[in-house]
Amino acid sequence: MPIRALSDLKPGEAGVVARVLGDGPFRQRLLEMGLTRGARVEVEKTAPLRDPIEYLLKGYHVSLRKREAALILLQDEEGD
Amino acid sequence: MAKTLTIALAGNPNVGKTAIFNNLTGARQHVANWPGVTVAKKEGTIAFGGYEITIVDLPGTYSLSPYSLEEIVARNFLVDEAPDVVINVVDAANLERNLYLSAQIIDLGAKVVLALNMVDTAASQGIKIDQERLAQLWGVPVVATVGNRSHGMEELLAAAVRVAEERDPISRHIHIDYGPDVEPALRQIEDLLRGDAPLADGHYPRWLATKLLEKDPDALSRLEAHPRRQAVACRVQEAQRRLEKTVGEDAAVLIAERRYGFLGGTIREVQRQELAQRLALSEKLDVVLTHQILGFPVFLFFMWLLFQMTFTLGEAPKDLIESGVELLKGGVQGWLPASLLRDLLTEGIISGVGSVLVFLPQIMLLFLGIAFLDDTGYMARVAFIMDRIMHTLGLHGKSFIPMLMGFGCSVPAIMATRGLGSQRDRVLTMLLIPLMSCSARLPVYVLFAGVFFPRHAGQVIFGLYLLGIVMSVLLGMVFNRFLMRGQEEPFVMELPPYRLPTWRSVVVHMWDKAVMYLKRMATVILAAAVIIWFLGAFPRDASLSEAFARQQAALSATFAAREAALAADHGASAALAELKEEKIAVLGELQRQEKAALMQQTYIGRLGRFVEPVLAPLGFDWRMSVSLITGFVAKEVVVSTLGVLYETGDTPETATESLPQALQASGLTPAAALAFLVFTLLYTPCVATLVTLWRESGTTRWLLFSVTYQLSLAWGAAFITLKLGRLLPGISG
Repeated sequence: MPIRALSDLKPGEAGVVARVLGDGPFRQRLLEMGLTRGARVEVEKTAPLRDPIEYLLKGYHVSLRKREAALILLQDEEGD
Repeated sequence: MAKTLTIALAGNPNVGKTAIFNNLTGARQHVANWPGVTVAKKEGTIAFGGYEITIVDLPGTYSLSPYSLEEIVARNFLVDEAPDVVINVVDAANLERNLYLSAQIIDLGAKVVLALNMVDTAASQGIKIDQERLAQLWGVPVVATVGNRSHGMEELLAAAVRVAEERDPISRHIHIDYGPDVEPALRQIEDLLRGDAPLADGHYPRWLATKLLEKDPDALSRLEAHPRRQAVACRVQEAQRRLEKTVGEDAAVLIAERRYGFLGGTIREVQRQELAQRLALSEKLDVVLTHQILGFPVFLFFMWLLFQMTFTLGEAPKDLIESGVELLKGGVQGWLPASLLRDLLTEGIISGVGSVLVFLPQIMLLFLGIAFLDDTGYMARVAFIMDRIMHTLGLHGKSFIPMLMGFGCSVPAIMATRGLGSQRDRVLTMLLIPLMSCSARLPVYVLFAGVFFPRHAGQVIFGLYLLGIVMSVLLGMVFNRFLMRGQEEPFVMELPPYRLPTWRSVVVHMWDKAVMYLKRMATVILAAAVIIWFLGAFPRDASLSEAFARQQAALSATFAAREAALAADHGASAALAELKEEKIAVLGELQRQEKAALMQQTYIGRLGRFVEPVLAPLGFDWRMSVSLITGFVAKEVVVSTLGVLYETGDTPETATESLPQALQASGLTPAAALAFLVFTLLYTPCVATLVTLWRESGTTRWLLFSVTYQLSLAWGAAFITLKLGRLLPGISG
């Protein structure tokens, strides 16, 4: 089964973060906002033009661009 | 003398920190910039418990990583100024993420009081927090507050004083355990750092060691003066390598994970959520406001409403200020004898500053509306739905509102870029804002479009607005690619729950902006007004004025003689009236000739003549060149200058009546008129805008760049317009 990224999820679906790719300030920012290993993220909805996407994380709402969400890899569903 | 204390207020954005700051300091607060950066620093001093307490409101940040201006400012203040106490405001309904910053502040070794804010909202969502347990676990006093109702403020200050005096029973310093992989490395680096006396106090070494391990760029620079710099750097690198090898992760990830692990543990211990009630109302609102189809129309409606409100409600106070300025001018004119000083006061200072001051009511209203929408949480949704579009210009969704404000006036629009996260986004947005056609340019469009394209005036004006937008898109892409490559910010943006703002915070916000605007007018814009007046008034050619005075005297004498002759003949009252009219017309004509002649030989007139060869390829005559130069004061001045130079007078009445005829008679082609409009749209914005851009970008570099690119763009676009216009015979429609 291919590795899924956060950007592959559809509204209403949820996943658990396995790893954040990328580097530098960008990665640091994602970690600080709570996108660490084991964090559960739910897709709330997409913006009218399909990008960015709103997620529910640790009880708050955060938006990410699709390209950025693609850097957040999820755990296999079996491992949930 | 009272003992003094410094308290810093720190917290995430959208947690009600500003409301708490307003409650604590009341009216005793002032705004300035943090040294060296254009981030607002709010400070207030109060008396409490025998202390004179200075409260500093740090910018709202999610963390203390040195990546945004706000974070650098907040962190440097905490590290370098070492405030006596830090009051950390956290949102009780969103405790876990909020505590991340708290953990960082505690790592810094600061003395902390936790303000558990908005406990009422949290309670309404079924969230219960065991304050005592939280205080025990973290070693910090916890005070429940409701910022927008001013609950818990006394307790907050009392706790801060207790902590400062080190007599709080709970307050102690805790170390967050970063795990068996990181801790030994930390301890080794810490020991090395501690060997150096200046660094050995407080908890600073542990913090610095953590940051070094996280590859924090700012931490490395803090090492510079350290005698064991080399040894420390070696040890850090070695530790990083070992972590990569054994755990397969870098230290930043491990530390962030452990921090969140600690936060997760805390939450499990102290927080009970009875039933997972989500913010029902907030989410229902969001269904409509960010709806796939309805989102845009609803947004456009709000913006329309905002601008309608701004311009209709602002009209009356604007007129009031306008007549006030006129009254003052008249007063000074009556009070002082005709002199250079009087001209300086009336024509230079009062008119110059007045022309910018009239925008104040509308600017205040615009900021009031925007502060209101911002506090409700809607602005984050605007950024959310607009991001896809703004991203094509390399900008963040948040840049949309400042750009939109540019259609009203570039000055508040540039001021509004302060809300953007990164310096890069701010500068890029500032550079593009003047391309949004501001309201001062409209009178020029109306005049020329009305004269040269009477049947298509509406389309021409609409086309100009559109051209500005198209140019901003093209240049945004160009600047993004060639000027600011590879620095784009990630779009990690919180969408806070919708809230009803308090009037106090909205009004304070508006007031801050108004003060900023007024300060600027009292300084730089005043100076600019005086300089421009000087250029328009000097050199004075006394012989020219005398020649006109002589001519006037001669004409008056002739008329007087003719009047006397007619008066002798009793039956000629009709002829007498006719003669009087003729006299007024002839003398008026002479006066207009004088004004035009005087203007031509001033520095501005000479400048206009000087640049005429440069503008001649665009089909502009010298009058148009001069008017464009005076348009630097404010773009609507282009019209009144043309009035003077075409000798039709410079009052609004003549501008609408005889100036069009004069323009028509001048032999200007429609193609050249269109080129002139394109030039007016795109060339250097007014002096107030440039001053604001200079101040807000923080460097003269971007000011010079802005002037250069807009002048070249305007020339190029006007030239193309002229050439294309000549190819289209139908253009004169």
